[in-house]
Amino acid sequence: MSLLLVLNVIAVLIVMYLYRVVRGPTLYDRVLGLNGISTKAIILLIVIGTVYERVDMFVDISTGYALLNLIGTLAIAKYLEQRGRP
Amino acid sequence: MTYSFELPLLVLLILTAGGAILVKDLISAVLILGSYSFFLALIWAWLGAADVAFVEAVVGAGLATVFFLLTLFRTAPDDTRIRRPRPPVVVVVALPLLGMLLLYAASDLPSFGDPASPASTHVSPHYLENSVADTLTPNVVTSVLMDYRALDTLIETVVVFTSGIACWLLLRRDPE
Repeated sequence: MSLLLVLNVIAVLIVMYLYRVVRGPTLYDRVLGLNGISTKAIILLIVIGTVYERVDMFVDISTGYALLNLIGTLAIAKYLEQRGRP
Repeated sequence: MTYSFELPLLVLLILTAGGAILVKDLISAVLILGSYSFFLALIWAWLGAADVAFVEAVVGAGLATVFFLLTLFRTAPDDTRIRRPRPPVVVVVALPLLGMLLLYAASDLPSFGDPASPASTHVSPHYLENSVADTLTPNVVTSVLMDYRALDTLIETVVVFTSGIACWLLLRRDPE
Protein backbone atom coordinates (compact mmCIF):
# COMPACT_ATOMS: atom_id res chain seq x y z
CA MET A 1 0.00 0.00 0.00
CA SER A 2 2.82 2.39 0.83
CA LEU A 3 4.47 1.46 -2.47
CA LEU A 4 1.31 2.55 -4.28
CA LEU A 5 1.52 5.84 -2.40
CA VAL A 6 5.14 6.28 -3.49
CA LEU A 7 4.21 5.53 -7.10
CA ASN A 8 1.43 8.10 -7.10
CA VAL A 9 3.58 10.77 -5.45
CA ILE A 10 6.27 10.29 -8.09
CA ALA A 11 3.60 10.39 -10.81
CA VAL A 12 2.38 13.74 -9.48
CA LEU A 13 5.96 15.04 -9.44
CA ILE A 14 6.35 13.89 -13.05
CA VAL A 15 3.18 15.77 -13.99
CA MET A 16 4.73 18.97 -12.61
CA TYR A 17 7.80 18.49 -14.78
CA LEU A 18 5.61 17.54 -17.70
CA TYR A 19 3.82 20.85 -17.47
CA ARG A 20 7.18 22.56 -17.99
CA VAL A 21 8.02 20.26 -20.89
CA VAL A 22 4.76 20.75 -22.75
CA ARG A 23 4.18 24.42 -21.99
CA GLY A 24 7.76 25.64 -21.53
CA PRO A 25 8.20 28.97 -23.29
CA THR A 26 11.78 28.27 -24.34
CA LEU A 27 13.61 25.16 -25.39
CA TYR A 28 15.80 25.25 -22.28
CA ASP A 29 12.73 24.85 -20.08
CA ARG A 30 11.80 21.75 -22.03
CA VAL A 31 15.29 20.28 -21.75
CA LEU A 32 15.37 20.89 -18.00
CA GLY A 33 11.90 19.42 -17.58
CA LEU A 34 12.92 16.34 -19.54
CA ASN A 35 15.95 15.94 -17.32
CA GLY A 36 13.79 16.19 -14.21
CA ILE A 37 11.40 13.60 -15.61
CA SER A 38 14.25 11.24 -16.25
CA THR A 39 15.58 11.52 -12.70
CA LYS A 40 12.10 10.66 -11.43
CA ALA A 41 11.89 7.94 -14.04
CA ILE A 42 14.90 6.09 -12.70
CA ILE A 43 13.37 5.92 -9.23
CA LEU A 44 9.91 5.08 -10.59
CA LEU A 45 11.25 2.12 -12.56
CA ILE A 46 12.97 0.75 -9.46
CA VAL A 47 9.81 1.19 -7.38
CA ILE A 48 7.85 -0.71 -10.04
CA GLY A 49 10.53 -3.40 -9.79
CA THR A 50 10.00 -3.51 -6.03
CA VAL A 51 6.26 -3.91 -6.51
CA TYR A 52 6.86 -6.89 -8.79
CA GLU A 53 9.73 -8.17 -6.61
CA ARG A 54 12.07 -8.28 -9.59
CA VAL A 55 14.33 -5.39 -8.67
CA ASP A 56 17.41 -6.89 -10.35
CA MET A 57 15.83 -6.71 -13.80
CA PHE A 58 14.42 -3.22 -13.31
CA VAL A 59 17.74 -1.89 -12.05
CA ASP A 60 19.13 -2.86 -15.47
CA ILE A 61 16.35 -0.96 -17.24
CA SER A 62 16.78 2.16 -15.16
CA THR A 63 20.56 2.10 -15.54
CA GLY A 64 20.26 1.82 -19.32
CA TYR A 65 17.69 4.59 -19.35
CA ALA A 66 19.89 6.83 -17.19
CA LEU A 67 22.93 6.30 -19.42
CA LEU A 68 21.06 6.93 -22.66
CA ASN A 69 19.24 9.91 -21.23
CA LEU A 70 22.62 11.48 -20.53
CA ILE A 71 23.54 10.90 -24.18
CA GLY A 72 20.26 12.44 -25.29
CA THR A 73 20.80 15.54 -23.18
CA LEU A 74 24.36 15.85 -24.50
CA ALA A 75 23.05 15.59 -28.07
CA ILE A 76 20.53 18.35 -27.43
CA ALA A 77 23.20 20.52 -25.83
CA LYS A 78 25.52 19.91 -28.78
CA TYR A 79 22.73 20.76 -31.21
CA LEU A 80 21.90 23.99 -29.42
CA GLU A 81 25.57 24.92 -29.20
CA GLN A 82 26.17 24.47 -32.92
CA ARG A 83 22.88 25.97 -34.05
CA GLY A 84 23.19 28.84 -31.60
CA ARG A 85 19.48 29.43 -31.12
CA PRO A 86 17.30 29.30 -27.99
CA MET B 1 -0.78 -6.87 -7.33
CA THR B 2 -3.26 -5.16 -9.62
CA TYR B 3 -3.18 -1.57 -8.47
CA SER B 4 -4.66 0.47 -11.26
CA PHE B 5 -1.50 2.48 -11.68
CA GLU B 6 -1.66 2.13 -15.47
CA LEU B 7 -4.46 4.69 -15.53
CA PRO B 8 -2.29 7.72 -14.53
CA LEU B 9 0.39 6.38 -16.87
CA LEU B 10 -2.09 6.26 -19.76
CA VAL B 11 -3.23 9.81 -18.99
CA LEU B 12 0.40 10.97 -19.05
CA LEU B 13 0.90 9.07 -22.32
CA ILE B 14 -2.05 10.79 -23.97
CA LEU B 15 -0.93 14.19 -22.63
CA THR B 16 2.54 13.80 -24.10
CA ALA B 17 1.22 12.46 -27.40
CA GLY B 18 -1.11 15.44 -27.73
CA GLY B 19 1.69 17.80 -26.76
CA ALA B 20 4.02 16.35 -29.36
CA ILE B 21 1.39 16.85 -32.04
CA LEU B 22 0.28 20.33 -31.00
CA VAL B 23 3.61 21.97 -30.23
CA LYS B 24 4.82 24.58 -32.69
CA ASP B 25 8.49 23.68 -32.91
CA LEU B 26 10.18 20.58 -34.33
CA ILE B 27 12.85 20.25 -31.64
CA SER B 28 10.28 20.60 -28.87
CA ALA B 29 8.20 17.94 -30.60
CA VAL B 30 11.23 15.64 -30.57
CA LEU B 31 11.77 16.26 -26.85
CA ILE B 32 8.14 15.64 -25.96
CA LEU B 33 8.20 12.49 -28.09
CA GLY B 34 11.11 11.33 -25.93
CA SER B 35 9.01 11.66 -22.79
CA TYR B 36 6.10 9.98 -24.61
CA SER B 37 8.12 6.91 -25.32
CA PHE B 38 9.42 6.91 -21.78
CA PHE B 39 5.86 6.72 -20.45
CA LEU B 40 5.21 3.92 -22.93
CA ALA B 41 8.21 2.13 -21.42
CA LEU B 42 6.73 2.64 -17.95
CA ILE B 43 3.46 1.08 -19.12
CA TRP B 44 5.31 -1.94 -20.50
CA ALA B 45 7.20 -2.22 -17.21
CA TRP B 46 3.98 -1.98 -15.25
CA LEU B 47 2.31 -4.67 -17.34
CA GLY B 48 5.28 -6.94 -16.58
CA ALA B 49 6.94 -6.94 -20.01
CA ALA B 50 10.32 -5.94 -18.62
CA ASP B 51 12.33 -6.72 -21.76
CA VAL B 52 10.02 -4.68 -23.99
CA ALA B 53 10.23 -1.86 -21.44
CA PHE B 54 14.00 -2.08 -21.62
CA VAL B 55 14.00 -1.77 -25.43
CA GLU B 56 11.46 1.06 -25.37
CA ALA B 57 13.39 3.02 -22.73
CA VAL B 58 16.75 2.59 -24.43
CA VAL B 59 15.74 2.86 -28.10
CA GLY B 60 12.60 4.96 -27.95
CA ALA B 61 13.47 7.44 -25.25
CA GLY B 62 17.25 7.48 -25.68
CA LEU B 63 18.46 6.65 -29.14
CA ALA B 64 15.46 7.86 -31.16
CA THR B 65 15.77 11.34 -29.63
CA VAL B 66 19.43 11.43 -30.62
CA PHE B 67 18.67 10.19 -34.14
CA PHE B 68 15.85 12.72 -34.62
CA LEU B 69 18.16 15.50 -33.46
CA LEU B 70 20.94 14.32 -35.76
CA THR B 71 18.50 14.26 -38.67
CA LEU B 72 17.29 17.75 -37.84
CA PHE B 73 20.86 18.85 -37.52
CA ARG B 74 21.74 17.54 -40.97
CA THR B 75 18.61 18.45 -42.89
CA ALA B 76 16.45 21.14 -41.33
CA PRO B 77 16.73 24.85 -42.02
CA ASP B 78 17.59 27.07 -39.07
CA ASP B 79 13.94 27.86 -38.52
CA THR B 80 12.33 24.68 -37.22
CA ARG B 81 8.88 26.04 -36.57
CA ILE B 82 6.09 23.89 -37.91
CA ARG B 83 3.58 25.37 -40.29
CA ARG B 84 0.84 22.84 -40.67
CA PRO B 85 -2.18 23.25 -42.89
CA ARG B 86 -5.62 22.65 -41.45
CA PRO B 87 -6.56 18.96 -41.64
CA PRO B 88 -9.36 18.06 -44.08
CA VAL B 89 -12.82 17.57 -42.63
CA VAL B 90 -12.85 13.91 -43.70
CA VAL B 91 -9.84 13.23 -41.46
CA VAL B 92 -11.33 15.06 -38.49
CA VAL B 93 -14.51 13.02 -38.78
CA ALA B 94 -13.11 9.65 -39.82
CA LEU B 95 -10.19 9.20 -37.42
CA PRO B 96 -12.20 9.54 -34.18
CA LEU B 97 -14.76 7.14 -35.65
CA LEU B 98 -11.99 4.68 -36.42
CA GLY B 99 -10.69 5.07 -32.87
CA MET B 100 -14.16 4.37 -31.46
CA LEU B 101 -14.38 1.31 -33.69
CA LEU B 102 -11.02 0.01 -32.42
CA LEU B 103 -12.04 0.62 -28.79
CA TYR B 104 -15.31 -1.20 -29.44
CA ALA B 105 -13.39 -4.12 -30.93
CA ALA B 106 -10.91 -4.08 -28.03
CA SER B 107 -13.72 -4.60 -25.52
CA ASP B 108 -13.96 -8.11 -26.97
CA LEU B 109 -10.37 -9.01 -26.07
CA PRO B 110 -9.60 -11.14 -23.01
CA SER B 111 -8.58 -9.17 -19.94
CA PHE B 112 -4.93 -8.72 -19.01
CA GLY B 113 -3.35 -11.84 -17.54
CA ASP B 114 -6.45 -13.97 -18.13
CA PRO B 115 -5.29 -17.60 -17.72
CA ALA B 116 -8.14 -18.80 -19.96
CA SER B 117 -7.30 -16.55 -22.90
CA PRO B 118 -6.22 -18.22 -26.17
CA ALA B 119 -2.72 -16.77 -25.82
CA SER B 120 -2.28 -18.50 -22.46
CA THR B 121 -3.84 -21.82 -23.42
CA HIS B 122 -2.70 -22.46 -27.01
CA VAL B 123 1.09 -22.79 -27.32
CA SER B 124 2.46 -20.99 -24.25
CA PRO B 125 2.13 -23.99 -21.88
CA HIS B 126 4.12 -26.12 -24.31
CA TYR B 127 7.06 -23.72 -24.26
CA LEU B 128 6.82 -23.12 -20.51
CA GLU B 129 6.87 -26.86 -19.80
CA ASN B 130 9.42 -28.04 -22.35
CA SER B 131 11.86 -25.18 -22.91
CA VAL B 132 14.30 -26.17 -20.16
CA ALA B 133 14.39 -29.80 -21.30
CA ASP B 134 14.68 -28.76 -24.96
CA THR B 135 17.23 -25.99 -24.74
CA LEU B 136 18.82 -26.07 -21.25
CA THR B 137 18.20 -22.30 -20.99
CA PRO B 138 16.77 -21.08 -17.68
CA ASN B 139 15.06 -18.02 -19.21
CA VAL B 140 12.04 -18.94 -21.36
CA VAL B 141 12.07 -15.71 -23.37
CA THR B 142 15.71 -16.26 -24.23
CA SER B 143 15.07 -19.85 -25.22
CA VAL B 144 12.23 -18.80 -27.55
CA LEU B 145 14.29 -16.00 -29.09
CA MET B 146 17.58 -17.79 -29.46
CA ASP B 147 16.51 -21.42 -30.00
CA TYR B 148 12.96 -21.87 -31.26
CA ARG B 149 13.09 -18.71 -33.37
CA ALA B 150 16.82 -18.64 -33.99
CA LEU B 151 16.53 -18.06 -37.77
CA ASP B 152 14.05 -15.24 -37.24
CA THR B 153 16.42 -13.63 -34.73
CA LEU B 154 19.31 -14.08 -37.14
CA ILE B 155 17.48 -12.20 -39.89
CA GLU B 156 16.45 -9.52 -37.39
CA THR B 157 20.09 -9.09 -36.48
CA VAL B 158 20.93 -8.75 -40.19
CA VAL B 159 18.28 -6.01 -40.50
CA VAL B 160 19.59 -4.18 -37.41
CA PHE B 161 23.17 -4.34 -38.61
CA THR B 162 22.21 -3.16 -42.10
CA SER B 163 20.36 -0.18 -40.70
CA GLY B 164 23.29 0.51 -38.40
CA ILE B 165 25.64 0.57 -41.38
CA ALA B 166 23.22 2.85 -43.26
CA CYS B 167 23.05 5.23 -40.29
CA TRP B 168 26.80 5.25 -40.03
CA LEU B 169 27.18 6.01 -43.75
CA LEU B 170 24.65 8.83 -43.55
CA LEU B 171 25.94 10.39 -40.35
CA ARG B 172 29.72 10.10 -40.69
CA ARG B 173 31.70 13.23 -41.07
CA ASP B 174 32.96 14.00 -44.57
CA PRO B 175 36.67 13.30 -44.87
CA GLU B 176 38.15 16.70 -45.52
